[in-house]
Amino acid sequence: MPSVAFKQYSDDVSLLVLLLDTNPLFWSNTSITFSQFLSHVLAFLNAVLGLNQLNQVIVIATGYSSCDYIYDSSLTSNHGNFERSGTGMPPLFASLLKKLEDFVTKDEELSREEGHEDRTPSCLLSGSLSMALCYIQRVFRSGHLHPQPRILCLQGSPDGPEQYVAVMNSIFSAQRLMVPIDSCYIGVQNSAFLQQASYITGGVHHTPKQLDGLFQYLTTIFATDLHSRGFVQLPKPIGVDFRASCFCHKKTIDMGYICSVCLSIFCEHHKKCSTCGSVFGQSKLDEASSVSDKKRKAPHT
Amino acid sequence: MAGEQVENRGVKYKSSIKDPGTPGFLRINEVMLLFVPNDPKSDSKLKVQTKNIKSHKNTKEASNKPPWLHLTTYQGRNHIFEFENYPDMHTCRDFVAALDKNDEEPKKAAVSTSTEQLSIKELELRFKLLKENSELQRLHKQFVESKVLTEDEFWATRKKLLGKDSIRKSKQQLGLKSMMVSGIKPSTDGRTNRVTFNLTPEIIFQIFAEKPAVRQAFINYVPSKMTEKDFWTKYFRAEYLYSTKNTAVAAAEAAEDEELAVFLKPDEILARETRQKIRRVDPTLDMEADEGDDYSHLMDHGIQRDGTMDVVEPQNDQFKRSLLQDLNRHAAVVLEGRSIDVDSEDTRIVAEALTRVKQVSKADGETTKDANQERLERMSRVAGMEDLQAPQNFPLAPLSIKDPRDYFESQQGNIVNVPRGAKGLKRNVHEAYGLLKESIVEIRATGLSDPLIKPEVSFEVFSSLTRTISTAKNIIGKNPRESFLDRLPKSTKDEVLHHWTSIQELLRHFWSSYPITTPYLHTKVGKLKDAMSNTYSKLDAMKESVQSDLRHQVSLLVRPMQQALDAAFQHYEADLQRRTAKSSGGERPNGYV
Repeated sequence: MPSVAFKQYSDDVSLLVLLLDTNPLFWSNTSITFSQFLSHVLAFLNAVLGLNQLNQVIVIATGYSSCDYIYDSSLTSNHGNFERSGTGMPPLFASLLKKLEDFVTKDEELSREEGHEDRTPSCLLSGSLSMALCYIQRVFRSGHLHPQPRILCLQGSPDGPEQYVAVMNSIFSAQRLMVPIDSCYIGVQNSAFLQQASYITGGVHHTPKQLDGLFQYLTTIFATDLHSRGFVQLPKPIGVDFRASCFCHKKTIDMGYICSVCLSIFCEHHKKCSTCGSVFGQSKLDEASSVSDKKRKAPHT
Repeated sequence: MAGEQVENRGVKYKSSIKDPGTPGFLRINEVMLLFVPNDPKSDSKLKVQTKNIKSHKNTKEASNKPPWLHLTTYQGRNHIFEFENYPDMHTCRDFVAALDKNDEEPKKAAVSTSTEQLSIKELELRFKLLKENSELQRLHKQFVESKVLTEDEFWATRKKLLGKDSIRKSKQQLGLKSMMVSGIKPSTDGRTNRVTFNLTPEIIFQIFAEKPAVRQAFINYVPSKMTEKDFWTKYFRAEYLYSTKNTAVAAAEAAEDEELAVFLKPDEILARETRQKIRRVDPTLDMEADEGDDYSHLMDHGIQRDGTMDVVEPQNDQFKRSLLQDLNRHAAVVLEGRSIDVDSEDTRIVAEALTRVKQVSKADGETTKDANQERLERMSRVAGMEDLQAPQNFPLAPLSIKDPRDYFESQQGNIVNVPRGAKGLKRNVHEAYGLLKESIVEIRATGLSDPLIKPEVSFEVFSSLTRTISTAKNIIGKNPRESFLDRLPKSTKDEVLHHWTSIQELLRHFWSSYPITTPYLHTKVGKLKDAMSNTYSKLDAMKESVQSDLRHQVSLLVRPMQQALDAAFQHYEADLQRRTAKSSGGERPNGYV
């Protein structure tokens, strides 16, 4: 088996890790239903697997409170003895859907347990990115011969600023590993995290305008393997939204204060950096106001 | 006033203000100022030529100072004369002033004639500049011939181009021809046995530069021993003898004619020079290749001048020259270039100038002992043995230059993420999960939707993607070596560039004319404004005429030009309004209505 695999390895073998957004709060009010979305995505996965015999696909579901591996095409237990339910799914994806359903149930329980949390209706992008990177790292260490991994993030939920630090860390790890993060954003607002992820790691970011043509977008832009991207011109976004969220309140900010030691971002003046503990000196604004105070006091005395 | 003189008896001469002054007698006439002290024993007798007097000052009558006249000379000396009363001083002063004026007038006359002459030269220079620089010519034609700008105004801003130094700098030094002198073929007369050589000063220069022995011989023999014509005849006879293979004849003739022998011998001066040069060569340099060239070795190998490879009899070997030596010598001279600038027809002058130059360079070349020592030290330091050094492989990281547009052009429609109210969340979550699970069940039951995607939708997606990929914004500017101007058709590109330069020219003159103080400036500004409106309309026309996919970029290029013109127009209008307001308001100076 391994020798055959060696002979068949060409430079366009890819390992695609798909991060699927299953945030119920997003899916409860979109133009496209989850089932339609799923059919586009499943057809896309089939197409990717059809491009090359050695391609691999991993699906990770990004839920509201948790993430989990849903599908791994390299596991042989996928094929075979699932009974076909009428005109339903081909057996290839039956296990995927089963696992997805189980995952959603588990996620619901977890969110119930969490209690009242004032949170943006975002999905756990940082979690799924970390899981994807762990899997890819395992693939890298498995041996000399492995497909070229990339991550595709299919998301519609808005960014959760509280995840900023974790997401940025994952992005930089991906950059280090030279794994591009592609992102397809199907939501309403722009996602700064995804734009930055694609920009920094060298992936493709696209916001499809027509969601009923999602399959076409996916196969045109995101099915290209890494080798072919050298000579295929893919659409690039006009610019990247580089806004960060502050470390203290997790708000998205344009201008703020930065610790000169660890580069943590704060929206208001602090006496001490919460990340590295370095003490900040008095800022010029404070000095000026204190001097003027002193001046005002002097004539009185 | 010429011819008169002023004499004054009661004058005191002071060499400085504090000096109490020696009383004496002052006489000033046209040529000279003479002061003789009354006391014959004092030595402050003064004779100053009036043309040396640079300036004069005097104390005023109204002040309480005594009447002094202060004269300064060109040599920087000051002479102070104290008079008895003011009228005397005034007479003297007026006389001196009149003399000064007389002095200045001839100078002015001289200056004006020279400016007239200069302007003829300048005209030639201007003409030459216009011929050389086609862009300048175009501008000149556009503005000066359509009477927008006058000649003087046009050239006023280009003084640098017209400066005298630029003439010399821009004149390229002509090098020497790379064809060898010996390649000159004489014209032969078929009937008689005469050959005629044509000698031009150029050829003479090259012969003198290449063969210092010939030059020396020329200086020695002409005109004392023989005329120039004889000299050259002998020289070419020698050349002819070389070109035949007959060394015996050459030896015979050399024995007869002493002057001819000079030409047939190897060049002693060259040999000496080369030996000196060898002494100063870096010792690590491999000189074996140069051995045939140093004029001091025997030529026992190598191709002779005429292409044969005969071995030469020892006693006649000095009458043969090797091709290699000639070629190398010629190449060295050509590379050195023209060492003198003498443009003279007279051969003797050329020869002497060359000798002088060689002597000067030789004198420079002779170094002192210290310099020698320093040179040796430097050589030993510099002569690093490459084989003995470790390999230096510096790890290089490639430059990563990011496109700044990614950072600054992105804020289009980026809405800040507003967190929705948390209260509503809890209630909806359960419902939302329910919906989700339903969808999954549904798809498990029904399978993938059929058809997956409608063809029209698919086609629309394709076309929009293609459009996105091929928009100019995504293509232009990504390649740092390409500029947008290259994508324009050539005529448009030339037009755009020409408009830039002409607008610059117009605006330069326009802004320099403000504030308007004379009617001349007023008319000038008017003409400039008309020309600018003309250009403005031309720019608009050009924008229309460009093809549609380039139009946006062209209008971006053209916009700053139009903005500059707009600013100028605004200023003009505002100024005009102010003037008319002032002129109409001037009739009622007190502001009465």
